[in-house]
Amino acid sequence: MMRGGWLRAYALLYLVFLFAPILLLPLFAFNDASVIAFPLTGFTTHWFQELWTTEALHQALRNSLVIAVLNSLIATLLGVCAARATSGPAFPGKRGILGFIMLPLVLPEIVIAVSLLVVVRQVLDLQLSNVTVILAHVVISLPFSIAILNGAFANLDPAFEEAAQDLGETRWGAFRLVTLPLVFPGIISSLLICFIISLDDFVLAQFLTGANPTLPVYIYGLTRFVKSLPVIMALGTLLVALSITLLVIAEYFRRRGVARAGLKDSGGFL
Amino acid sequence: MSIFDRSPQARTAALLSPPFLYSLLLLALPLVAIVLISFWTQTGLDFDTTFTLANYRAIFTQPQYILGNAQNWGVIPVSLFVSATVTAITVVLAYPVAYFVSFVVDPSRKSLWLFLITIPFWSSYLIRVFLWKVILGFNGVINTGLQALGVIREPLEFLLYNLASVIITMAHAYAVFAILPIYVALEKIDRSLLEASQDLGESRFSTFLRVTLPLSVPGIVGAVLIVFIPTIGDYVTPQLMLGAGGRLVANTIQTQFFKGNDAPLGAALSIVTMLMVGIISLVFLFLNRRWLRGRS
Amino acid sequence: MNVQSKPPATPLIQLRGIHKHYGDYHALRGIDLEIRQGEFFSLLGPSGCGKTTLLRTIAGFEQPSSGQLVIDGKDMSGVPPNHRPTNMVFQSYAIFPHLTVAENVGFGLRRDPRPKEQRARAVAEALEMVGLGGYGNRAAHALSGGQRQRVALARALILKPKVLLLDEPLSALDKKLRENMQVELIRLQRNVGITFILVTHDQEEALVMSDRIAVMFEGAIGQMADPETLYRRPNSRRVAEFIGKMNLLPAEVGMEGNRIVVEVAGLGRGAVEPDQAPGGVIEGNSTVGIRPETLSLLFPGETTDRRVAEGVVDEVVYYGDMTYYDVRIPGVEEPLTISMKNLIGRPVLDVGTPTKVAWDERSLVVLSR
Ligand SMILES: Nc1ncnc2c1ncn2[C@@H]1O[C@H](COP(=O)(O)OP(=O)(O)OP(=O)(O)O)[C@@H](O)[C@H]1O
Ligand SMILES: [Mg+2]
Repeated sequence: MMRGGWLRAYALLYLVFLFAPILLLPLFAFNDASVIAFPLTGFTTHWFQELWTTEALHQALRNSLVIAVLNSLIATLLGVCAARATSGPAFPGKRGILGFIMLPLVLPEIVIAVSLLVVVRQVLDLQLSNVTVILAHVVISLPFSIAILNGAFANLDPAFEEAAQDLGETRWGAFRLVTLPLVFPGIISSLLICFIISLDDFVLAQFLTGANPTLPVYIYGLTRFVKSLPVIMALGTLLVALSITLLVIAEYFRRRGVARAGLKDSGGFL
Repeated sequence: MSIFDRSPQARTAALLSPPFLYSLLLLALPLVAIVLISFWTQTGLDFDTTFTLANYRAIFTQPQYILGNAQNWGVIPVSLFVSATVTAITVVLAYPVAYFVSFVVDPSRKSLWLFLITIPFWSSYLIRVFLWKVILGFNGVINTGLQALGVIREPLEFLLYNLASVIITMAHAYAVFAILPIYVALEKIDRSLLEASQDLGESRFSTFLRVTLPLSVPGIVGAVLIVFIPTIGDYVTPQLMLGAGGRLVANTIQTQFFKGNDAPLGAALSIVTMLMVGIISLVFLFLNRRWLRGRS
Repeated sequence: MNVQSKPPATPLIQLRGIHKHYGDYHALRGIDLEIRQGEFFSLLGPSGCGKTTLLRTIAGFEQPSSGQLVIDGKDMSGVPPNHRPTNMVFQSYAIFPHLTVAENVGFGLRRDPRPKEQRARAVAEALEMVGLGGYGNRAAHALSGGQRQRVALARALILKPKVLLLDEPLSALDKKLRENMQVELIRLQRNVGITFILVTHDQEEALVMSDRIAVMFEGAIGQMADPETLYRRPNSRRVAEFIGKMNLLPAEVGMEGNRIVVEVAGLGRGAVEPDQAPGGVIEGNSTVGIRPETLSLLFPGETTDRRVAEGVVDEVVYYGDMTYYDVRIPGVEEPLTISMKNLIGRPVLDVGTPTKVAWDERSLVVLSR
């Protein structure tokens, strides 16, 4: 029995629209023509081999990975603080502060980029480097981290930690033995999502990167050259595959967290 | 006083202070700085810090920013138009999908659907924009594909290097932002209300119009704002899709900070743009509230 | 004054002048309390009166704004919950969902120096004690409400606390299960001999289970007594109305020599003993209470040597074993509620039937406040 036949057809079509571009990636990444056009001409792994031998690309990738890892650690640590404060007792100004931290969700990225650039250069008088990129990435990752971790912390009965203390644990022991295991899946999700955000970000990196470009900045440089299009396709294939893998892992942990707390699953991220 | 004696409120406040300080330093301070700088003047690599309204005067008097001339609109109105169009398209296209997931999909499979919908959002934005360029281009996937199928002889030129291509690309990129708030609002609707409405003699369609749709308005409002506001700041899409020619305000801002080397003007442009977006959003919220009140 | 058995020289728990402020809100207003070793003590009161706050103050989760708390001879100020000889059964039970039943019960034994096998045996015994023998390996989140409650009990009792604190432990259970658990809790408390402090807003539960009850209103204790005294001799209107059904009648109270004389509206004049005015006597306009089951209707043909008032049946509510009659008596605004056992051969009267109400002076309580 097909329920909502037309709606279902429309929704499937919409999914096709959402996925169409990224489904084209592998198609042309393995196509042996140097222009991106139909019809496909033949199978090759040449473009991937070219990735393997491009030193500048490796440099950019290393850069991006370092930035992404540090970003996800810092953002998640701050996110844990904020999410725990969110579920804790209210004090004057708490809602305002939290709202302010979440502001980057609705700020155009270019405004964040431009204003950070001004501060880094004019006020703090720092050289642009990977550090400045990390600082910026934490600003935009933090709201996502908090949103994910809020879900994890909000599921907790405040009595859990009190019960642990009542049974002889210190405040820290209660956090470590009860809260941490219960929100751990959320922490993993947050780490992964912040990692992806950093790895994918182009705008902030373009403004704030130093002498060494990040991977997206490097890719952007490539897009100006027609002959490097197939290489971008190959690189894009790998990046999207990586994102999806991380995402699947993040989703797995999120669901496990929900199951662990003995709750009903009520939807995805955000 | 030991930590133990502190009240739970004080502990929460202490916990919140690291993220708060971070945001203060790297979000509030930058936003303040950009406001300040917009009243300054660029002199070579430095700033003349005497207060001036010259940047704002330029924005409100020179044709390329707001006023426009006989041939072209100003860059801000064009950008607002593009964002508004993207928003309208995205939200209208997204609503049925959100409705489908909330009302038709079996509860056990909802999170799978949501997961599928969010996947494209988490793959590199730059790559996705670039893909649309490849898809819509003169020798792109659509043209060569249609030619290979014999549907068309000559490439369709209207696909790339115009606002339509920007709008299509953005509508794709921000789809998730529209679906999720609407979905959340639909999920909150008490299903017994719909049964009550049908029990009272409404058809399924009129139930949708009279119950479901009004109750999902908060989700629609959320979707509108969360698409409209960020799209105005997107400069990657126009840059890749429009080439060197027509530009949107985000590109103009970006240029001021790089090639143009006039950071104060760029700052003033950012602020004017943000203010306009803010005002439009507030007016939208206000009208919406009036409309909701008028109904009840 | 209250009929109250004297506490021994050093009570297990002493609260002296405990106040608690939340900002402007005065949640506890000078609580004085002494609880004996081995006592089953209940805190009873309407929602928001501060029962949970008081319990959490004893457990150490709230710091009193002023006043002193002594447990087992030690002042508890500055002592964190993990160092207090108290354990708690939380209203939500707070069973850790990521642990098994046995891990939950053994949670507090982490610092126990005994070898592992002995601790495992202690866990098994504790589960046995609450009737969950063999459930140790179950996942905690797969338990029913009643089972959770047992796990919470075992988890707290395994640490052999001086005091077990229970915050509305039965309110999440359905009526049948609740009544079973009441009996089980009483039995458990007698077996282990540990002092129990139970918070409840259910007066029946408090009456059934407790050795003594403190009735709280708005952050202060209204009356503290054993269940029978509380029921028969409430010291104020509030307590009288909170516990069971009580007919309240306007009355004129006066002293004639040593005797307390009351002129009760509708019933007439009578004399009462001092214990019938537990809240003290204030001469003049006052209120007198009388329980429905201490009144009876005279059915046709019956006679009595008790005091009698004439009235008309106003409302009849049939409960199976009992029938509740509202009887209108000239001179009283509110009808009197009377409960009658449905004995064999006793008819149920119709509304509008003229009838007689029998009552006794010893059943009256003077409620000045
Ligand atoms: N952390 C807090 N901050 C501010 N006010 C509080 C706090 N905790 C409790 N209160 C207030 O103190 C009063 C007493 O609360 P408490 O939880 O002790 O009531 P209770 O008697 O247990 O009620 P219930 O039967 O509803 O559980 C309530 O009015 C409550 O709003
Ligand atoms: Mg309570």
